Amino acid sequence: MAMTSASQADERMAQVGWVRGLFRRVEIGAMIGAIVIWLFFALIAPENWISLTGIARILDPASTLGIMAIAVGLLMIGGEFDLSTGVMVGTTGLVAGLLSTRAGWPLWSAILAALVFALLVGYLNGIMVIKTGLPSFIVTLATFFVLRGANVGVTRLVTEQVYVGGIDKTVGFESARAFFNRGIFFLGVEWRSSILWWIALTILASWVLLRTKYGSWIFAVGGDAEAARKVGVPAARVKIGLFMTTAAAAWLVGTMNIVRLRSAVASQGIGQEFVYIIAATIGGCLLTGGYGSVVGASIGAVIFGMAQVGIVFAGWDTDWFYSFLGVMLLVAVLVNNYTRKRATEMTVAAAKARTEE
Amino acid sequence: MVEPILEVRNVTKMFGSIIALNNVSCRVYPGEVTCLLGDNGAGKSTLIKILCGVHQPTEGEYYFEGKKVTLNSPREALSMGIATVYQDLSLIPLMPVWRNFFLGAEPEKRLGPFKWYDVAFAKRTVREEMAKMGIDIRDPDQPVGTMSGGERQSIAISRAVYFGAKVLILDEPTAALGVKQAGIVLHYIVQAKRRGLGVIFITHNPNHAYPVGDHFIILRRGRVLGDYRKEEITQQELINLMAGGEDLVKLQEELAALLEEEED
Repeated sequence: MAMTSASQADERMAQVGWVRGLFRRVEIGAMIGAIVIWLFFALIAPENWISLTGIARILDPASTLGIMAIAVGLLMIGGEFDLSTGVMVGTTGLVAGLLSTRAGWPLWSAILAALVFALLVGYLNGIMVIKTGLPSFIVTLATFFVLRGANVGVTRLVTEQVYVGGIDKTVGFESARAFFNRGIFFLGVEWRSSILWWIALTILASWVLLRTKYGSWIFAVGGDAEAARKVGVPAARVKIGLFMTTAAAAWLVGTMNIVRLRSAVASQGIGQEFVYIIAATIGGCLLTGGYGSVVGASIGAVIFGMAQVGIVFAGWDTDWFYSFLGVMLLVAVLVNNYTRKRATEMTVAAAKARTEE
Repeated sequence: MVEPILEVRNVTKMFGSIIALNNVSCRVYPGEVTCLLGDNGAGKSTLIKILCGVHQPTEGEYYFEGKKVTLNSPREALSMGIATVYQDLSLIPLMPVWRNFFLGAEPEKRLGPFKWYDVAFAKRTVREEMAKMGIDIRDPDQPVGTMSGGERQSIAISRAVYFGAKVLILDEPTAALGVKQAGIVLHYIVQAKRRGLGVIFITHNPNHAYPVGDHFIILRRGRVLGDYRKEEITQQELINLMAGGEDLVKLQEELAALLEEEED
């Protein structure tokens, strides 16, 4: 390996063309996957699928999922996992719901309190991962179970139910709903305003990742935290910040859910953590960290939205949704790997292997 | 007489009851390559770790640019201009060259409260700096992991030089490399020396040290076994010293005996 000379590398470089430039994009696998799945449902259920209503229906679940996938994707690029994201969506909704309906807080204050709570849990996740050196998979799995238990336990204790209703009767509900998640009529179709949040956050997160020093730091701590630390990257702070970001994203989505549904359910979000991770993975984020794309994660979320809505449009039993997802995940990741391998000529795995020579 | 840019005097380092370094002194001059040679366990890595601020000496003094200093961290050493290129290079294989080059010291543009990474500057600078080292980086977006060992070493070295290092500590830069790649790295060591840096080149290979070195310090079992300027020693003498002179003769005799036995 060590004998590879500079001149050989240059010969390879000569073949770079625009096709390879396109295929070098991290998101290419997700893009192809999205197109294939769109065409698939367009053939099966064209009458509903190829319409503005169809697109609005797809983007509705894709938007909230996308917001989570962005944050989870950033965390994965930073080399960590968070399994408490799904349940956190429920927890933040319950905190805001209980404080506003039971403690009589104005809804906005309750929502801000939920944000503080989320950031605290995110901080704790991060600090525990850093201090204990345990895999984040384990630490956040613990957080997941603690929150899952507390969600039901506390809710039942306070309301004697597993559900907090009447959020629409709290002070400030209308303005909160207008701000976080309302329907917007455009081109004769109702779109969720969460779609705008999602697009804005995709642009913001992608800009941070690709065009600020923090983005470089995120790639670096995921690629090799020790090496990053040696050149002066505050690796612990970056990772803790990423855990807080996923928690904050969960808060945003949790809030969107309660203002839309006017209630909070104790079981909300459980099981979704894997969906977020899968969306980010489909979008090109490596499970081993150090590589990935925010735009890709968002496209991954669109693929999920298409599957969820497409199965209904096709008239299939929705029981098959998860089986369908499993197949899609596998296909999307294989397509991802294949295109990346072909395009960069040297896979990311090989790049890693080379440094171990 | 040129003053040494970096000097340690009578440095001793104990880890519990183990004496890792015993009364070691060395001087590093600007525009010179000082080679630290020694077998495994000779105390090379302990000495570098003291020089770059990871460890503090149990006894002895550290002078930088004529002033007595106490280094508490590698960051402090770096801010003074003592840069260390570790064996693992501190490069992130999956990241492009330009991101690696500026990692931890990103150039930024600013507009009001907004700051962003000056990507164009980073890419252009990497290409220029690498060209000064004689490497043509056509694609700064190339992940570092796809480059050869010698190229990666050269990125790490030119990064240290670009960020104003006065002393460059190279920890076994040629150890994992083939003959040709090692040659490339030796070339950059000379480049760095020509630019006026004090280079500390740690190696256990006298064949790599001799052609580029101005000054050789041989460590053995935590002590300085010898301290020579190039004109005072030949390559063969250096090799003999490194291998422990008599030990090498003894080893040769033993091996010869072993071979004879087999022939019988």
